[in-house]
Amino acid sequence: MNPILSIAKRELRASFTSVTAYIVIALFLLIAGGLFWLEIFNAASTELSMRTFFTRAPFFLAFFAPAISMGLLAEEQRSKTLELLMTLPVTDMQVVIGKFLAALTLLAIVLGATLPYPISLASIGNLDWGPIIGGYVGLLFLGSAYLAVGVLVSSLTRDQMVAILVSFFCCFLLNTFGELASHTEGTVAEVLRFISTSGHFENVSRGVIDTRDLLYYFTIVLLSLSGASIVLSRRRW
Amino acid sequence: MSKAETTIEVRDLTKYYGDFQALRGISFDVHRGEIVGFLGPNGAGKSTTMKILTCYMAATTGTAKVMNIDVTTDSIAVRARIGYLPESVPLYDQMVVFDYLDHLAELRGVPSSKREAAVTHAVEVCGLGPVVAKKIDELSKGYRQRVGLAQALVHSPDVLILDEPTSGLDPNQIIDIRELIRSIGKEKTVLLSTHILQEIEVLCDRVILINGGTVVADGNFDELYAAHPAAERNLEKLFRLLTASNAPTPVAPKAAAPVDASKYLPPESNAAPSTESSES
Repeated sequence: MNPILSIAKRELRASFTSVTAYIVIALFLLIAGGLFWLEIFNAASTELSMRTFFTRAPFFLAFFAPAISMGLLAEEQRSKTLELLMTLPVTDMQVVIGKFLAALTLLAIVLGATLPYPISLASIGNLDWGPIIGGYVGLLFLGSAYLAVGVLVSSLTRDQMVAILVSFFCCFLLNTFGELASHTEGTVAEVLRFISTSGHFENVSRGVIDTRDLLYYFTIVLLSLSGASIVLSRRRW
Repeated sequence: MSKAETTIEVRDLTKYYGDFQALRGISFDVHRGEIVGFLGPNGAGKSTTMKILTCYMAATTGTAKVMNIDVTTDSIAVRARIGYLPESVPLYDQMVVFDYLDHLAELRGVPSSKREAAVTHAVEVCGLGPVVAKKIDELSKGYRQRVGLAQALVHSPDVLILDEPTSGLDPNQIIDIRELIRSIGKEKTVLLSTHILQEIEVLCDRVILINGGTVVADGNFDELYAAHPAAERNLEKLFRLLTASNAPTPVAPKAAAPVDASKYLPPESNAAPSTESSES
């Protein structure tokens, strides 16, 4: 098997043998469920949709993605297994991508666990699946960006606590940039709005898949993962 | 021995950690079929040299080749040919022993058709049979050390680099591991570091003694004792003679490569700050 897949598989299995994965899934389902049912029981809403869920989810993802990514490389450094990993015939980028894929798979499982919500909605009325599929795709893209940033932060420390706090800070900043600049004009505001994840998420979740948005997520993932790979290989310079 | 293929070739390695110079120009050769003991006080540069040979870190200057491949220009090819047991045994505590070895064999490029046989063989030679289905964090220190050794040889590498392979083992386990290393050393190259001088005497064909980042002695026991009569054919005395801070200036020992004798003069102070963990 490809070394990337082998590393990803080990990482994913490790997160399910420890309690981390279960805690992340349980917390996300609790909060997502709360959001979902509040919307359903809200008397003012007459149409069947998951709009509240998808407007709030990016914010919660900024908390949850760091919880998934915090240990990826920090734990390898703390337990000294990184020294072994770095001396195997595997490139640093393969290690980083393997870790990232494991985290992304876990996130996909977490998001997949919320699928009973729209399914139960569909069973009681006429549900427009378009925005829902768009919303899930948008969350996956957004989650990839957050997780990649988390991998980079995790490569910089051996302390998981530091990793989760710094990643949370970065993701939160990426998420709120756009809102801070939303009432201003000018080049700086434009740039801030482009760097921010929120606008891009809204586009995708409306079902509009624009190459600019894809390029945006791809760039964040690529830059962060390359950064992590450089951090790992700096020892060899 | 000079006819045998050179498997490790180290030339003028230096390494700085910030301002501290850990290696001050180390050169040596190791050949196929040799078990070489890498000896020296804590902080002498043993682990640093091993980390450079295994491509974990880069040297500041100098070259190192394994199987005639340069560690900096083709690091992946070097890494495919070595097995490495670092000083702190790198284990994933939550994994089952078999899965751990299988994972490492896979990453080390053992094809899937041969992997089960390779893992079974490593389990057998390292005496891991009774614990193969256990989680690693349930194991005793001796078993953990042996799992670490098993991952280093699961892909039957040409060169084995072992940083204190017998630390934490009881006398029976030490004897078993020595037997194992001896049988591997017949066909492969083994470079091992240890603080147990007796181990070097019973296991190694040759000794490379380093102190303060330089090689202070390199040769088989007869050569070393002939060069240093004051040691009275006693490795402990030789070690004290060449590495204690009040040691007299050593005579330039026999070296694998033609070298300038002035390089072997000891540094100003041998009480260099330790860069390795201080356990011994």
